[in-house]
Amino acid sequence: MEVPWSPHVQTARPPDPADYSGLELDVELVRAWLVEFLRHEIRRRRGFERVVVGLSGGVDSSLTAALCVQALGPEAVFGFSLPYRTSSAASREHALELAERFRIETRTIDITGAVDGYLSSFEPQASGHRVGNVAARQRMIILFDQAFKLGALPAGTGNKSERLLGYYTWHADDSPPINPLGDLFKSQVWALARHVEIPAAIVEKPATADLIQGQTDEGDLGVSYREADLILHHLLSGRSVEKLIEAGFEAEKVALVTGRLERTHWKRHLPTVAMLSSTAIGEWYLRPVDY
Amino acid sequence: MAIDIAIAQFKPAKGDLDATLDAFDRVLTGALRRTPRPRIVVFPETALTGYFLEGGVREQAIEASALFERLSARHADLGADSVDIAIGFYELHAGRVYNSAMYAKLGADGEVVHVHRKVFLPTYGVFQEERFVEAGSGIRAFDTAYGRVAVLICEEVFHSISGVLAALDGAQLALVLSASPARGATPGTGAPDNVARWDALGSSLASEHGIFVAVSQLVGFEGGKGFAGGSAAYNPRGRRLVGGPLWEEALLVTSLDLDDVTQARTEEPLFADLERSWTRLLVNSPGAGVRRPEAES
Repeated sequence: MEVPWSPHVQTARPPDPADYSGLELDVELVRAWLVEFLRHEIRRRRGFERVVVGLSGGVDSSLTAALCVQALGPEAVFGFSLPYRTSSAASREHALELAERFRIETRTIDITGAVDGYLSSFEPQASGHRVGNVAARQRMIILFDQAFKLGALPAGTGNKSERLLGYYTWHADDSPPINPLGDLFKSQVWALARHVEIPAAIVEKPATADLIQGQTDEGDLGVSYREADLILHHLLSGRSVEKLIEAGFEAEKVALVTGRLERTHWKRHLPTVAMLSSTAIGEWYLRPVDY
Repeated sequence: MAIDIAIAQFKPAKGDLDATLDAFDRVLTGALRRTPRPRIVVFPETALTGYFLEGGVREQAIEASALFERLSARHADLGADSVDIAIGFYELHAGRVYNSAMYAKLGADGEVVHVHRKVFLPTYGVFQEERFVEAGSGIRAFDTAYGRVAVLICEEVFHSISGVLAALDGAQLALVLSASPARGATPGTGAPDNVARWDALGSSLASEHGIFVAVSQLVGFEGGKGFAGGSAAYNPRGRRLVGGPLWEEALLVTSLDLDDVTQARTEEPLFADLERSWTRLLVNSPGAGVRRPEAES
């Protein structure tokens, strides 16, 4: 076994915009690691035998579902395709292709009626951004309700890149109680997805929240995930913005990533509670989530 | 003298003492059914409760004497042969809480042989030990029926001084109890990076001092943090004798012949060099803090 000097060995390389090796993973190790994580968190810790996953047709939910199948077996995984009227046909097809490949029983529930029941009647002028948020929260309402009905646990699908960039709907995509991909950058999700043989059409297509036709994550963000991941990797490893620019990273992209990161710390926390006592929960009264 | 030693790669039922003790019984029973019978069974750091308890340490901490009584009573119920154990637990002692390891003899003439209180408390990144437990104050070896033993807990092994102090106090066997959250997945290694580092540390501790080393790792997940395992034992030349799997419980059994300590130290007398130079080094090395250098003019 090759012996790295420390667990932080991957951060020891100097920043270089052409060097992506710091993001490389032993994908088989990570696969086995996450499968064990899912078994523990779903079965052993919480006593559930089933899990529900919203299948968007994208790589994150596809990988999450595939890992759940490996952890619990296909009969324990329930997929939900939850299209809105603007969702692309390709997304639905990819969700169903994934379900077929991994033998996941999948139900389609069109959320248009639920979403438009509110928006068309009361907020017809809502922006695309607002429609996206309402749709994301509606999907969570359905996933949690279906989980309750099935005696299952909802699994989250958010990755580290979107969490760090704040590119998700708060208390929607981030609300399931377990999340296997939350410490993997998007480019690492792609690598792992290829390893577990997620259909190429899903892995290779541009990532999209699928709220508006032709919309892509990278178009919204103004930087590719691959570039953003490398910048985030170095920032989280303690490299300064100045150091990255000095090493040849594009100043504009570093600023864009740093700006999103610094504006969204709140989004990675629970709501801010006014502390009034020396027994405030989470401040003084500290007990771990699995205690 | 050659003995078999068993290393339990163990998964506690977090915060559920009775369930954990039931698991402890199963492991102990399994170990003692083996032929030859292991004379020492080593459990990992915080084996009694799980590692990440935060403020829960105050509810879960137990006095060493109370733990010994519970383990002795269960051992008696099992009707098992006498056995020495080392086990990690949050200890209540003199009104304070420590991250401790108890070495005890269960069975006829049972007794608590030694309690080691962790000196180096990791408090960085995912670790918050100094916030919730107090630091022990020393590292020493102690006599057992099977040779002179020292117990070290996790981060202590990252400080080479810990092995130095254990060896200088006569340890022939270091029992290392650890709870090491998995992190890092460097391509091509097949194990989390911290497991690879532990392999290097265990081997180095053994070969530097010419002692046997047994590392027992906690296994399982706690709030998303995975303890990967990778328990192992090393001979006094630093060669791995046995290695545990990843992610699952296991019982590793290996034979230790303490005559190998003498043999290894004869072949490569690093320990003799240390012993001979230690006091002189302390006195003459400003960094040791025993004697300050004269102020430069």
